[in-house]
Amino acid sequence: MQVLTPRSLAEALRLKAEHPGSVPIQGGTDVMVELNFDRARPETLLNLNEVRELRGWSRDNGSIRLGAGLTYTEGMEAPLAEALPALAEASRTVGGPQIRNRGTVGGNLGTASPAGDALPPLLIGDAVVELASVRGERSVPLPEFLTGPKRNALAADELIVAILVRPAAGPQTFMKVGPRNAMVISVVSLALTVDRDHDEVRAAFGSAGPVAGLVQAPLAELNGFPERVAAAASPIDDVRGSAVYRRKSLRVLTVRAVERCLQ
Amino acid sequence: MRVELTVNGERLEADVWAGESLLYVLRERLGLPGSKNACEQGECGSCSVLLDGRLVCACLVLAAQADGHELVTVEGLAEDGELHPVQAAFAETGAVQCGFCTPGFVVATADLLARSPNPSEDEIREALSGNLCRCTGYAKIFDAVRLAAGS
Ligand SMILES: Cc1cc2nc3c(=O)[nH]c(=O)nc-3n(C[C@H](O)[C@H](O)[C@H](O)COP(=O)(O)OP(=O)(O)OC[C@H]3O[C@@H](n4cnc5c(N)ncnc54)[C@H](O)[C@@H]3O)c2cc1C
Ligand code: FES
Ligand code: FES
Repeated sequence: MQVLTPRSLAEALRLKAEHPGSVPIQGGTDVMVELNFDRARPETLLNLNEVRELRGWSRDNGSIRLGAGLTYTEGMEAPLAEALPALAEASRTVGGPQIRNRGTVGGNLGTASPAGDALPPLLIGDAVVELASVRGERSVPLPEFLTGPKRNALAADELIVAILVRPAAGPQTFMKVGPRNAMVISVVSLALTVDRDHDEVRAAFGSAGPVAGLVQAPLAELNGFPERVAAAASPIDDVRGSAVYRRKSLRVLTVRAVERCLQ
Repeated sequence: MRVELTVNGERLEADVWAGESLLYVLRERLGLPGSKNACEQGECGSCSVLLDGRLVCACLVLAAQADGHELVTVEGLAEDGELHPVQAAFAETGAVQCGFCTPGFVVATADLLARSPNPSEDEIREALSGNLCRCTGYAKIFDAVRLAAGS
């Protein structure tokens, strides 16, 4: 095994092209668990911690551009938390402080778990994922990026560079059902926004289908919306909850989220 | 591979295996067993250290990622043989039973009080939500945090 530590994005992309089987590691909160339990033994780890271009966030032509290495702790801080309130709320529910200080939004996309808490808030912000390789760059809308449970559209030579997301154009919120207030994988989760600019309500759910899913409707159809969200999900029974419970919870969460947003 | 890091103000070097965690390096290669290994999956917080001033689980940091960085472990909190106020408060209130979780709680509390010297009850609970204790029931740990905050 070896670790490669590039000092720039260009170097990182060159190394990824030379070692297509290498596993990128950013916060390590998913990768290290795999290594510690010997569930993975990759030939090469690509340590992205020293790549400056992946850090922080910026405003970009009316959008917010989140570096792949943005941590949850950073997502909770103003003024970013004011531009993306649902992402900030979701970030607050991730793990505990130690996990939020290391875990990143890019890592959540890399893992692409149906329970990834950053995903619903990004989906309601019409997120587009910026991917790069030595061949060039491409932008992939988040729903297309998420191709299945723990699967995504990354090619072997590509890295996630950033996520472009719309700032909130109206109230938004995030809710998560779990046995505790901290350190839980969601049983089901929901991000919702009442977007007055686009005269639209948008919701996205987690842990209620093979991938996090987006549902939208005109504001005039707010009444039937909770049913619509519940119907769009395709939950399964597992150790964390039953499909019936998940669907019902989604309906309840949608009602509450709409109430919270219209308050 | 070789990594070079500053631990509690001292420059140290270690030869490590590429897949190794920072926790393993601290405990097994640098003779600093204060940070405990209980779960190796980020769930218990007993391996909490400050990496470049930020509270992290050492079990989830790849040793190579700490190369060139600064670390404070529980061993680095006491100064000139005097316990850190948080350590003294844990001893004073009896917040220690088996003691396995204590280094992690002490480091997490020191981090909290450095950022927020007079934390609210909610802030304390939030700040310690990544640390587990199987013995105390937490009441005395919260007493210790309040005592340290007042001192
Ligand atoms: C105790 C604990 C609690 C947790 N709680 C939650 C929770 O509440 N909610 C939640 O959603 N998750 C949770 N997680 C999972 C994890 O913290 C998140 O998925 C986090 O976002 C991962 O980010 P990271 O930077 O640590 O990823 P890493 O572990 O570094 O990487 C994760 C994956 O993404 C890939 N990757 C990372 N960066 C890039 C990049 N730039 N380009 C391409 N691929 C990349 C890696 O190769 C890997 O496959 C928890 C984990 C632990 C250990
Ligand atoms: S040993 Fe690191 S969190 Fe439990
Ligand atoms: S004192 Fe035993 S685990 Fe906390």
